[in-house]
Amino acid sequence: MSILVDKNTRVICQGITGGGGGAFHTKGCLDYGTKMVGGTSPGKGGTKDANGLPIFDTVEQARKATGADATMIFVPPPFAADAICEAAAEGIRLIVAITEGIPVLDMVRAKKFLAEFGDQVTLVGPNCPGVITPGECKIGIMPGYIHTPPAPGKRRVGIISRSGTLTYEAVWQTTQLGWSQSTCVGIGGDPVKGLDFVEVLAMFQADAQTDAIIMIGEIGGTAEEAAADYVKKHVTKPVAGFIAGRTAPPGKRMGHAGAIISGGEGTAESKIQAMRAAGIIVADSPADIGQTLNMAMRG
Amino acid sequence: MKIHEYQARELLAKAGIAVPPARVVESAAEVAAAFNANAVPLQVVKAQVFAGGRGKAGFVKLVKSAAEAQVAADFMFKNRMVSVQTGPEGIAVKKVLVAAAVDIAHEYYMGLVLDRAKAIVSVIASAEGGVEIETVAHQRPEAIIREALHPALGLQGFAARRVAGRLGFTGRQASEVSQLLLKLAALYAQYDCSIVEINPLVLTKDGKVLAIDAKINFDDSALFRHPDILALADPAEHDPLELRAAKANLNYIKLDGDIACLVNGAGLAMATMDVVQLNGGKPANFLDVGGGVKPEGAVEAFRILLSDSKVRGVLVNIFGGIARCDLIAEALISAGREVGFKVPVVVRLEGTNVQAARDILAGARSELPTLQSAMDLNDAARKIVAATR
Repeated sequence: MSILVDKNTRVICQGITGGGGGAFHTKGCLDYGTKMVGGTSPGKGGTKDANGLPIFDTVEQARKATGADATMIFVPPPFAADAICEAAAEGIRLIVAITEGIPVLDMVRAKKFLAEFGDQVTLVGPNCPGVITPGECKIGIMPGYIHTPPAPGKRRVGIISRSGTLTYEAVWQTTQLGWSQSTCVGIGGDPVKGLDFVEVLAMFQADAQTDAIIMIGEIGGTAEEAAADYVKKHVTKPVAGFIAGRTAPPGKRMGHAGAIISGGEGTAESKIQAMRAAGIIVADSPADIGQTLNMAMRG
Repeated sequence: MKIHEYQARELLAKAGIAVPPARVVESAAEVAAAFNANAVPLQVVKAQVFAGGRGKAGFVKLVKSAAEAQVAADFMFKNRMVSVQTGPEGIAVKKVLVAAAVDIAHEYYMGLVLDRAKAIVSVIASAEGGVEIETVAHQRPEAIIREALHPALGLQGFAARRVAGRLGFTGRQASEVSQLLLKLAALYAQYDCSIVEINPLVLTKDGKVLAIDAKINFDDSALFRHPDILALADPAEHDPLELRAAKANLNYIKLDGDIACLVNGAGLAMATMDVVQLNGGKPANFLDVGGGVKPEGAVEAFRILLSDSKVRGVLVNIFGGIARCDLIAEALISAGREVGFKVPVVVRLEGTNVQAARDILAGARSELPTLQSAMDLNDAARKIVAATR
C-alpha cells in the first residue's frame, strides 16, 4: 500500500504539448514506469505526442478513451485553475497541479468548485513537485532515481513538503540512511492549495505501509501549527520535521508565493515551537533531516 | 506588488470611496502650491515610501501654513527615513503627499485580506482604528470583526451591513459604511489584490466617512491581467540588484549579511540561508535560480551576487534533480572565468551527474583557486563561514 497513487494509477497530462514542462515530464514519468495513458492540449486532439500517447482536446474525451483516474497539470497559469475544474468535473479522482503562478483568487474560486465534489476528488498543489510512490507511480517533476521503493527489511517513511528541492534533500538523505519511502507528497508553495499537512498526515497515519513521517514546512501561514496540533492528537507514528526560513525577513516573499511572514504570522519560530511541543523532532539544519528521522524512530 | 499611498487613494477615489483632497509632489519647491491648492487651514505632509513607521520617524507632519508644509517636506526630501521596517540605512523619500487634514470624531480600521487557512477572502474591521491592526488583534482580539466573502459571489449586501452595524454605525451612516465596504470588496476582486486596507477610516465631526490612509498590495501572479496596475510600479522603491535579477528570471532578495547564496529551489534557498546563520555567518541574499537554470543565467547570478560590495564569500548549493550537476559545474567555471572569483566560493552539489560535476570542478582547481568543494550542506556552511572570517 501507499497513499494517493500506486501501480494501477492511470495518468493523463493536461498541457502535454506545452513548453511549460508537460512534454518533458510526461516522458520522465513514463520512463519511471508510471502508467501515462494520454494527455490533453486544446486544438491538438487526434494527434499523438513524441512517446506515442494519444492527445485529446478535452479531459472528457481523454477520460472516456483511456480510463484515466489521475491528471498531472502543466497548463500555463492563466488557464490552470480552469484545467483543475475541468478535471474535477470530468470525474478525475486525483489532480496534481504542477503549474506555478496561478492567481490566488482563481484558486479561491477553484477550491469552492472542487468542494462540491466532496471526497470524490483530491487536489495536490499547485506550485508543487507532485506525488511519487517509489517503484510504482511518479506524477510530477521530481527526479525518480533518488527514491527507494519499499523492500523487505527496509523501513518506510512518508514525506510531506511545501518545497520541491527540500523534499529531494529529505528523500536523498533517507535513502542514504537505508530507508525506503512509502509515498512523497509535495503539497506546494502557494497560499491557497489542495491537500495540506493535516490531510496528508491523516493518510500516512492510516497507511499500514508507512512506518514514520517527515514533514517539511516553511515560513508563511499557520498550516504547520495546525499540523502540530493534529499530530499531538491523532498521530502515533514517529514524526520528524524541518522548517525553512528562520533567517527570512518579515514582509518579503521568499520565492514561493506563500512563503511570507506578514502581520507577525507565519514565523519559523512559531512553527518549530508548535511542532516540538507536539513531540515532533525538528532538525535545526536541513542537512540533518535524515538523522532526525532516525532519532524520531528511536523515540 | 506594492503601490504608494497616493496611488492607493486614487484607486479608492476611482471606486467611489471618499478621500480628502490631496496632491503629490516630487520636490520641496512644489509644496507651497499644493498646500494653497488644497485650500484648507490644516493639512498633513506625508512621505510616500513603502515602509511603515512613518509617523514615529517624523515623516508624517501636521502643518498650518504653506511655509510649515515647505519645512516639513524639505526635511523629508533631505533625510533618509529610518524606522523599524527599513533597517539602519533607511530609505530615501522621492515623493510627498500634501493632504487636507480632517476633524476626526472616531477612527476605524477596514480591510480585506486572504484567510489562507480557509482559502477565502475575509473582511477585517475594527472600531479601534488608527493603530496597527496586528497590535489590536494581539491585545484585544474581541475588537476585531471578521466577515468571510463568498468565493464566487463576493461580499453580500447583508454581510456588509452586518459589519457596519458591528462597528457601531446606525442609520444613514451605517448604509454609507456598508456601501463603502462593498466598493472596497469589489476593488479587491477587480484588481486581484492581496491586501486592501483603510487605516484609519474616519468619521469626521461633521458626520462624513472618509478614507485617510490606504494600503493596497496586489497578487504578483495576477499582474498579467492588470497592465494598468503594473504601470503603477515604482522602480525607485526597489533594490537595483533585485530589479536586475528579475529581468534575468532569477528570484533574488537582498539581505544585509556578507555570505552570498546561490541555490536552486525556494525552500532549499531559504534553508541554505538558515544553515549559514546556524554556523555563525550572515546570509547576504536569498537566491533561487530555478530548476532549469542555464549557463547564462548562472553567470548573471554570479555577476549580481558579486556586485554587492558587502559580499565576502559565496555558497553554491544545488540539488540537481531535473537540473544536471555537471551542467551547473560547467556554468560555475565559465562564471569564474568571466567574473573572476576574488572571494572564496564553496560549492555543494548533489543529485543527477554529481560525480561528473565533481571531476569537472577538480579539473579547474588551478584556474579558480578560491573555489572549494563541500560534501554536504553542513560542511559547505562551515567552510564558507571559516573562509570569510
